[in-house]
Amino acid sequence: MIEISPPSKKSEKNFTTRLESVDEFDRVETVGEMFVDRPKVSCLGVSVHYGDKQALFNINLDLGRNEVLALIGPSGCGKTTFLRCINRMNDTIEGCRVDGEIKIEGAEINHSDADVVSLRSKVGMVFQKPNPFPKSIFDNIAYGPRIHGLSGPKNELDDIVEAALKRAGLWEEVSDRLHTPATGLSGGQQQRLCIARAIAVNPEVILMDEPCSALDPIATARIEELIDDLREKFTIAIVTHSMHQAARVSQRTAYFHMGHLVEVGVTDQMFTNPRQRLTEDYITGRFG
Amino acid sequence: MTIYLLAAILLVSLSGFYIGKNRASALVVGARIQSLPQYHGLRIALWCGLPALFLLGLWVVLEPFVIQSLVRNSLPPEFFNLSGDEAILAMMEISNLAQGIVGTQSGLPYAEQAASLLISMNQLSDYAMIVVVSVVSLSALVVAQSKVTADFPALESVEKAFNVFIFLSSAVAVLTTVAIVLSLLFESFKFFEQVPLHEFLFGLKWNPQIAIRADQGASTGAFGAVPVFSGTLLIAFVAILVAGPIGLASAVYFAEYANPRVRDVAKPTLELLAGIPTVVYGFFAALTVAPLVRELGLSLGLAVEARSALAAGIVMGIMIIPFISSLADDVITAVPQSLREGSYAMGATQSETIKYVIFPAALPGIVGAFLLAISRAIGETMIVAMAAGLNANLTANPLENVTTVTVQIVVALIGDQEFDDPKTLSAFALGLILFFMTLILNVFALMIVKRYREQYE
Repeated sequence: MIEISPPSKKSEKNFTTRLESVDEFDRVETVGEMFVDRPKVSCLGVSVHYGDKQALFNINLDLGRNEVLALIGPSGCGKTTFLRCINRMNDTIEGCRVDGEIKIEGAEINHSDADVVSLRSKVGMVFQKPNPFPKSIFDNIAYGPRIHGLSGPKNELDDIVEAALKRAGLWEEVSDRLHTPATGLSGGQQQRLCIARAIAVNPEVILMDEPCSALDPIATARIEELIDDLREKFTIAIVTHSMHQAARVSQRTAYFHMGHLVEVGVTDQMFTNPRQRLTEDYITGRFG
Repeated sequence: MTIYLLAAILLVSLSGFYIGKNRASALVVGARIQSLPQYHGLRIALWCGLPALFLLGLWVVLEPFVIQSLVRNSLPPEFFNLSGDEAILAMMEISNLAQGIVGTQSGLPYAEQAASLLISMNQLSDYAMIVVVSVVSLSALVVAQSKVTADFPALESVEKAFNVFIFLSSAVAVLTTVAIVLSLLFESFKFFEQVPLHEFLFGLKWNPQIAIRADQGASTGAFGAVPVFSGTLLIAFVAILVAGPIGLASAVYFAEYANPRVRDVAKPTLELLAGIPTVVYGFFAALTVAPLVRELGLSLGLAVEARSALAAGIVMGIMIIPFISSLADDVITAVPQSLREGSYAMGATQSETIKYVIFPAALPGIVGAFLLAISRAIGETMIVAMAAGLNANLTANPLENVTTVTVQIVVALIGDQEFDDPKTLSAFALGLILFFMTLILNVFALMIVKRYREQYE
């Protein structure tokens, strides 16, 4: 199980983020368990600007090993921006600046000699809308292993593809049509294909940006089961708009509001007994 | 005369529009009206305009035939004893007399009389036309405006009229195409009556000039189109070899790498290339590129002719770069951002993403761009005429001079030609084959596009 450190244990580094000034509320501090022991990913003082506009304010948050961390909050609160910091996808956005410290296994990812290609092979990502490449199912999964040179002979690649599809729970459904276009799959299958594609390069962390928002309830349930299975091997951060989903799949939940991290807590505790007024309002559906 | 009548019809229509609109507006007060006032106005305007215009057009087209046959019937019996050509001459003389053109008089006794009949008939017809058209237009105004009531569905009439209008517009476009193809077909049949089809398609010698000399056999082996088509394909091939890589690379640069400011300036500049008249490219090819190619070739010890397929192909390639680059840029930009992100998130570099994800996704559009460029290259005339020569030379060597289909069509139709001469008719046969070539190219393109369509969605 994951170890969650009580705030007092880290008093020397006891970060309580001070919110400078936000329209609706003054001086709210991040409360709860932002930090864990031996984090997989640790973020300290992360701020993001899009041009002149600041999207994230001084975020401190760890991702624990074999943990599913849910990021919740109203639209535009910065949860996706935060997620995209971890695999440096914000690099592709013009005028985007990321400050602060983000370390994976203690190595700074924004360091000048950090390699974005190897970072992204360690940190996979699944997007809001399934985005299979216009290729066959096989080629979609083989894409990552091929560009990273992970596969030697042909049958080794076959094994990788089969293993990834099995892990993503898709093998039974597609094993007889691996060489048909991936775009012919249903939405839920496409999303599981994208998950399989991400795990085919054997990453350490998987980032999921509302992976079920375009799916029906049955497909969603399948993905949620899958996320729970994947936790054995990977560290997962998932952005979601569904409180129920957060409650079902995650061990810790972080609540973002207008670019600030308001509260982080053990999921069960957070949903039953939020410590911040803002969190409570959001969870109980009073706004958002 | 007709132009005043046209203006009058428009005026009636316009006043009909305002009458209808005002009457309908008056109805609106207090009551709900079925159609908006402007639809009532439009409906009346259409009723005033369209039937009258149709009648006017019919009149203008039919008038000469009707009057001429009336005049002809009034002529004395000796006219009908004339031979076909003489009768035509006599009729022309009568109409010349009527128009006051005094030329060589053959002194037909009945010409004066017939001419004055023609004049009076023309006048009568003009007056009758004015009266009939005006009556139609004005009575339409009266009848149509009386129907303006709150629940009259003027909207539907206008909608129907609009449907007919767009149907006719597309019919014009389609029928024109059909007519052009038919004309090509019939003239080509005439040609193939004189030159056997297999000789035209498989003959290796093209020299239509021989056919002019009547003392020689009309077309002994001179109409083999193979060298002409091989020349066309050779030049188009060189052009694509030049334009394909350059156009595609610049499209990738503009779509993926260039920063927006560079793109905003450089892309329109490149597209300007498409606006240069081909004749300018032609003398650029003939005066600059051809000598350059020749000198370069000679310095390498190659025999390069003064006019060469290579020179024409290079310049043609430059000409079609903007077609490929601009269209390919559009389709590359249209590839969803989510695919790029998906690839980047897998740790792919930008060039890997372009090679493995964006190109395959944009392939149908890129193929379309290439085919458009090829058909442009095949249809190009001026550059070839100036830089590649007029000689039908069967060769695959781009350093020799060759000629193309379009150039030969121009050559065939330059100067005084009779339309029963195989040299002139060969233009239609060449045109027909060219048409089939581009048709096959288009079908091929459609097949490719269909096969890869909807791959991302």
